[in-house]
Amino acid sequence: MTDALLTIDGLAKRFGGVTASDGIDLAVSAGELHAIIGPNGAGKTTLIGQLTGEIVPDAGRIQFDGQDITALPAHQRSQRGLARSFQITSLFNDFTALDNVALAVQAHSGHSFHFWRDARSDAALRTPARETLARVGLAGRENVIVSSMSHGEHRQLEIAMALATRPRMLLLDEPMAGMGPEESVRMIALLRELKRDLTILLIEHDMDAVFALADRISVLVYGRVIASGEPAAIRANAEVRKAYLGEQESSGGHHG
Amino acid sequence: MLLVLEQCLNGLQFGLLLFLLAAGLTLIFGIMDFVNLAHGSLYMIGAYFAATFVAWTGSFVGGAVLALGATLLIGMLLEVVAIRPLYGRDHLDHVLGTFGLVLFFNELVRMVWGPAGLRVPLPDWLNTSVPLLPGLFYPTYRIAIIVTALAVALLLYVLVMRTRLGMLIRAGASNREMAGALGVNIKLLYTLVFGLGAALAGLAGLMQAPISTVQIGMGENVLILAFVVIIIGGIGSIRGAFIAAILVGLLDTIGRAFLPDILRMMMTSRGAATVAPALSSMMIYLVMAIVLVVRPQGLFPVAGK
Amino acid sequence: MNTWFTPRNVVVAILLVFLALVPVYSAFTGNTFLMTLFTRIVILAMAATSLNLILGYGGMVSFGHAVYLGIGGYAIGIMAQEGIGSGFIQWPVAIAASALFALAVGALSLRTRGLYFIMITLAFAQLVYYFGVGLDRYGADDGLNIYRRSQFFEPINLSNRTQFYYCCFVLLIASIYLTWRIVNSRFGMVIQGARSNDRRMQAIGFPTYRYRLTCFVIAGTICGLAGVLLANHTEFVSPAMMHWTRSGDLIVMVVLGGMASTFGPLIGAITLLVLEETLPVLIKFVATPFVGAAASRAAEYWQIVLGPLFLLVVLFARGGINGLLESLRRD
Repeated sequence: MTDALLTIDGLAKRFGGVTASDGIDLAVSAGELHAIIGPNGAGKTTLIGQLTGEIVPDAGRIQFDGQDITALPAHQRSQRGLARSFQITSLFNDFTALDNVALAVQAHSGHSFHFWRDARSDAALRTPARETLARVGLAGRENVIVSSMSHGEHRQLEIAMALATRPRMLLLDEPMAGMGPEESVRMIALLRELKRDLTILLIEHDMDAVFALADRISVLVYGRVIASGEPAAIRANAEVRKAYLGEQESSGGHHG
Repeated sequence: MLLVLEQCLNGLQFGLLLFLLAAGLTLIFGIMDFVNLAHGSLYMIGAYFAATFVAWTGSFVGGAVLALGATLLIGMLLEVVAIRPLYGRDHLDHVLGTFGLVLFFNELVRMVWGPAGLRVPLPDWLNTSVPLLPGLFYPTYRIAIIVTALAVALLLYVLVMRTRLGMLIRAGASNREMAGALGVNIKLLYTLVFGLGAALAGLAGLMQAPISTVQIGMGENVLILAFVVIIIGGIGSIRGAFIAAILVGLLDTIGRAFLPDILRMMMTSRGAATVAPALSSMMIYLVMAIVLVVRPQGLFPVAGK
Repeated sequence: MNTWFTPRNVVVAILLVFLALVPVYSAFTGNTFLMTLFTRIVILAMAATSLNLILGYGGMVSFGHAVYLGIGGYAIGIMAQEGIGSGFIQWPVAIAASALFALAVGALSLRTRGLYFIMITLAFAQLVYYFGVGLDRYGADDGLNIYRRSQFFEPINLSNRTQFYYCCFVLLIASIYLTWRIVNSRFGMVIQGARSNDRRMQAIGFPTYRYRLTCFVIAGTICGLAGVLLANHTEFVSPAMMHWTRSGDLIVMVVLGGMASTFGPLIGAITLLVLEETLPVLIKFVATPFVGAAASRAAEYWQIVLGPLFLLVVLFARGGINGLLESLRRD
C-alpha cells in the first residue's frame, strides 16, 4: 500500500450530550482521491472542522505527511500543504476573483510585511493567480467582483483558492453543493484533472461524482466509519446500502 | 464591620440597578442580535421624565409610573422608526447608527430640559432610615430599590421562562425564520422586546435619579458598566447578567470605598491619595479586560451562540 | 487624462488647494481665526486618517483611538513641565510612547473580535481617561498648560502660526500618502482580507493576528503624532481629550467622510468641523428674518440634526460623502 499522506486515528469529539465523532479511523494514501459519504448528521462537518484546525478534538490523532498536526492552528496546516475549500462559500466578497486568488498566492509567498509596493501590480502574485483561475475555468472572469458572480462560479473560485496555495492535499467540502447538472459535469471534469497531481479528500453528497471520481470511499454514519474500500465494494456493502444508499434510492437517486 | 455591611448593601443596590440595565441590553442582543449603544439614553430619558412628572403630579410613585410608561412608549417608537432599518446589518452598523441616536438624545435633552442638572426630591415617607441591625441605619429608599429590582428580576424570570410571550421570545432567539414561519409576528415581538428593554432601562434611570443628579450624558457612564456586566456574564444570558451585575456592583462600590484604605496600608498616604481614585475607577475595566482575555465568552455563555 | 476628472477628484483637489492656501488668505485679510480653525481641522484629519486605517480598512472598531491624542499630548506636556523643551527629545518620546501603548493594548484587545473588541477598546479608553484624571502632578481633571511649544533649531519656530500650520499640513499629506501606500501593499491586502473574511484568511495560511497588531500600532503611532501637534496647537492637554466620546467624534469623521477611502477622513473632518462653526451662524442668519429670536435658539441646538444625519448616513450612504461623490461618476 502506498504511504498514507493523511492518517486519522481514533478521532473523537463530543458537544454536550452529542457525540459528533465517535472514534474515526481513516487513512488517505498519497495520490488517491478518497471520498467520504454519509447521511446528514453523520458528523462530516465536525470531521472537516477537526481536520482543518477549527475544532479541537477531544481525543485522537491526525497525522499529515508523517507529522502530528492534531493541535496545529488552521493557518499552519495550510502552510504545511493541506488546503481546503468551504461547503458554504467563504470568499472575499467585495474583491475581484483575481484579488481573491492573488491573496491565496500571497499567503504562500513568504511574509507579508511589505508596506510599500502595490500588491495589485506584483506579477509574482498576479501571474500564478491568473493561471490558477484559468485552470478552474474562470479565465476572463478575473476582474469581476465576487458578489456579482454566480453560485457555480463561486464554487469554482473556492477550488481556485485552495489550489493557489500549492498544496500537497486538498480537503474539499461538498464542492458541488447547489450546482446544476451542467456545472456539476464541469466540476467533475476539473476534479478528475486535479486528481492527477494532488491527493484529494472529498466530502460529497452527489453520488454520480463520488462514484465517477473516487479511488476509495469511506462511509460515515453517526460519527463512525462503518465501511471503507473500493467503490464497487462499497456499493455492494449491505450495511452501507441500508444506512445510506438505501435512503438515496428510495428518494429517487438524486441528492437534494 | 458595620461600614462594610453598609457598603455591601450599597453594592447590591447598585448591582441590581446595573442588572436592570444589563438585562434589557442582553435581551435585545440575544433576541434581535442588535447592539444598542443608545440604551444609556433610555436610562437618561427615564430619569428626566421622572424629574418632570414627579414635580408635575406632586407624587413620587405617580410620577415614576408615568415616567416608566413614557419611556416604554419612546422605546417602542424608537424601535419602529430608527432601529428596524438596522436589523440584519453587521454590528458595526448597529454601533454607528445607535451612536448617532446617542448624540441626538443628548442634544434633545439639552433642548427640552436645559443644560443644567436636575434633582428629584424624595417624598418624606421614603426619605427615612431603617435600623437593620443595632447601629446600622440604612436608607429606606435604597431598600425600596433593592426590593423593587429583585421583584422585577423575578417577574422577568417568570416572563421568559413560564409565559407564552417568554416562549415566543426564546423561540425567536433560537430561530427567527422558523418562529416567523409558524405565524409569530416577529416585527411586533421585536418591538415589544425593545420596549421591555427600554422600560427596564428607564426604571433603572428613574430609580437612580433621586440618589444622584439627573444630567446629560449620565447614561453613557453607566452604559459602559452595563456592557461590562453582559460581557462578564455572557452575552445573551439573563442569569449571567444577574450574577455579573451583583458582582460588578459589589466590586465597584466596595472598591471605591475601601481601596484608599487598603492602598494606604501598602504605600505612603500621598501616594494612596493620588492612585486610589483613579485605580478604583479603573478596577472594573481591568476586570473586564482580564475576563475578555482569559474567557472571552463570559462566565455563563449562552450555548450555541 | 479625462479619467482623472471625476467629481470626487475635483472636490478633493479643490480642498487640498484651499488648505494649502489658508495661511496666504489669512495673511492678506488678517483673519487669524481661520488659520486656527484649519490648523485644528488638519490635525484632527490626520487623527481620523490613522483611525481609518484600522476602522475602515481593517474593520477594527476602536472606541479608544482618542487615547493616542492624549498620550502624544501628555508626553509633550509632561516633558515641558519637567523642563524638557526640545522637540528633538519630546517628539520621539511621544511617538514611542504611543507605539508602545498601542502594542500593549492591541496585543490584548486583538485576541477578541466584534462587539467584544469594541468593548475592550472602550474599557482601555476609560482606564487611561481615569488615569489621566488621577494625575495630580500634571493637572488632573483641570488639565495641563503648555507654556512653550516644542523647540527645534532655527529657523524652525513652531510658535509662528504659519510655520506651524504648514508643518501640520505636510504631516497630514504624508499620513494620507503613507496610508494609501500601506493599504495597497501586500500588508494592506492582508489587513483588508482579514476584515472581509478572517476565517478564509486563516484557511489560506495567514496568521492574521500579527498583521492586525502591526496595523493597530501604526495607526496608534500616527495618532500619537497628531496628539503632539494638537498639544502644541492648543498649548493645553486634559484627560477630556481622551474620553471615549472624543473617539466617537473621530469615528463620525471617518464614517461621514467615507470609510476605507483615501480622502474620506479628511473630507469628514473638514465637513464636521466646518459645520460646527458655520451652521449655527448660518441658521441664525437665514432664519432670523422669519422667526426672529427663535432663530438664535434653533441655531444653538443645531447639533440635534447631527445624530439623525449620522444614522441616515449609516443606513443609506454607507460610503459617506466620498461614496456619494464617487457615485456621481458617469462611467
